[in-house]
Amino acid sequence: MNWRAVGALARKDLREVRMNKVAWIPAAIVPMVIVVLLPLAFILAPNLFAPATGTTNSAANVQTLISLVPPSMVNELHGLNDAQRWVVFSTGFVSAPMLLLLPLMFSSIAGADSFVGERERKTLEALLYTPASDGELFLGKVIGSVVPALLLTWLSFAVYAAVVNIAGWYIMHRVWFPTAAWWPLMLWVAPAIATLGMAAAVLISSRVSTFMEAYQLTGTLVIVVLALVVGQATGVLSLSVPVTFLVGAGLWAVDAVLVWLSVRLFSRGAAKALA
Amino acid sequence: MDAIQTDGLTRLYGSLTAVDGVTLAVQHGEVFGVLGPNGAGKTTMVRLLNGVLAPSMGACRVLGLDPKTQGGEVRRRTGVLTESPALYERMSARENLRFFGTMYGVPVEKLSSRADAMLDDFGLAERADDKVGGFSKGMKQRLALARALLHEPEVLFLDEPTAALDPEAARRVTELIMEFTRQAGRTVFLCTHYLPEAQRLCDRVAVLNRGRLIATGTLNELARTLWHGTWVDIECLAVLTPSLSDALRGMPGVTDARLDGMRLAVQVEGEEVIPAVVRAVVERGGQVLRVDPREHTLEDVYFELQGEPASQPAMVGGRP
Repeated sequence: MNWRAVGALARKDLREVRMNKVAWIPAAIVPMVIVVLLPLAFILAPNLFAPATGTTNSAANVQTLISLVPPSMVNELHGLNDAQRWVVFSTGFVSAPMLLLLPLMFSSIAGADSFVGERERKTLEALLYTPASDGELFLGKVIGSVVPALLLTWLSFAVYAAVVNIAGWYIMHRVWFPTAAWWPLMLWVAPAIATLGMAAAVLISSRVSTFMEAYQLTGTLVIVVLALVVGQATGVLSLSVPVTFLVGAGLWAVDAVLVWLSVRLFSRGAAKALA
Repeated sequence: MDAIQTDGLTRLYGSLTAVDGVTLAVQHGEVFGVLGPNGAGKTTMVRLLNGVLAPSMGACRVLGLDPKTQGGEVRRRTGVLTESPALYERMSARENLRFFGTMYGVPVEKLSSRADAMLDDFGLAERADDKVGGFSKGMKQRLALARALLHEPEVLFLDEPTAALDPEAARRVTELIMEFTRQAGRTVFLCTHYLPEAQRLCDRVAVLNRGRLIATGTLNELARTLWHGTWVDIECLAVLTPSLSDALRGMPGVTDARLDGMRLAVQVEGEEVIPAVVRAVVERGGQVLRVDPREHTLEDVYFELQGEPASQPAMVGGRP
């Protein structure tokens, strides 16, 4: 494996996508909402409006919501007052799948720019004439898409943790976030989701001819994450530590199939790569 | 050993045969032209010879290597300039060369100096740190040529290198191609449909039509196979007598002679007959002002081979 070429390609792709403002302007807004505005709304809004409405933060409502919490999390809520329970429930439990939108979005944008964008800009053929093997080219592009997506996700997670702990300090009086389930979510599931976004971008790239088409089509993958969000919020699916590991394993299995298909599609022999 | 060999090389795209049983050989250090209209299979040939596509049938070897199984090694020793420069427009000229130099395995310690030297040689040093997106087409193509030569390839593939350029830029690129291939003794595989460029650059040519090889050789070899004999234009100071043409027709080695006032057009079997023809004209009172054996251009040869009616050499002033 020629790691020098792989690294050069990954750095080149990262640089290219960083300069694609069309991709990054919307992609910068979503993390801002999920990582900053959403936790602030969860933490601050009930306390701001509760005196006026008298209902949102009511003990009854909190109890109803907390009935959705999986048994594994009940212990985390033990001994907390209603306001604290609300903060832990909303920002530590319900929001968890929302953050998975980030690796999906980052990697699918980077993947679409890397694979479709390269073809759209007619630079792919020059790359195919280099001595790098199909595997090295693919790996370079994967690293250029998935690694930055993960680093940005983890950076967003750090910001989220800071916002949750700082904004919730006056209620919690301690650093309580992240809870145990977040670690496998960020270290096991987020990489699987990032890989899913990249592989989907490669597969879609074989069917479309422009970056924008690929970008829009990869957006449909949000359904996967929305399913987790809805499942989590309704109590159908609870991302406890074991469940998170299982969800991650399932996603990695899907990734394995999609990556296998992607490698086949990206090979020099695939005429579409030159179209 | 030849630098490039193909044997019945064939590539199918579904029901379309892009390259159809092509057999040819290119010698080391030779500038070999592949001529043909769009869709003749020229670009597919370049892809096959570089292992970017696999042949459907037949085989090829480049520098003794099989591009199908040793594509990486082939591409390490070849350089390719495509019709579209295929440069990263958001990156500077220097960054482009450094990136591709890395991909081609140019040693780290040589990368910067070699990239800078190429930028200098190709007249791009002043714009080295400007984004390529702001370059003219000619500058982009020069940079793409520099990229193709950066790793000092033994074989250079040029696929329509000047097709998208204005005449001035095309001339500059052609000069650079001549300079950087002739002096280094590189083998060049030039695909083009710009015939003056091919005539200027190529030692030998192959003519493709719908994927099939219809002729190979030097310009003279091809002309000899197409036209029997050479036309010679002879211009005199005074009007010639009509009997002169009859006399010339009777000479050994002369196949035709036509008279038009002060001008004669004589078809001879070989150039060695020309002095005898001139002598005969002088002996019959002709005051010879100019003798001009007509040379076939590559354009004549090409259109004759493609079966189009531009081949018969026209005579100036209504001559045959």
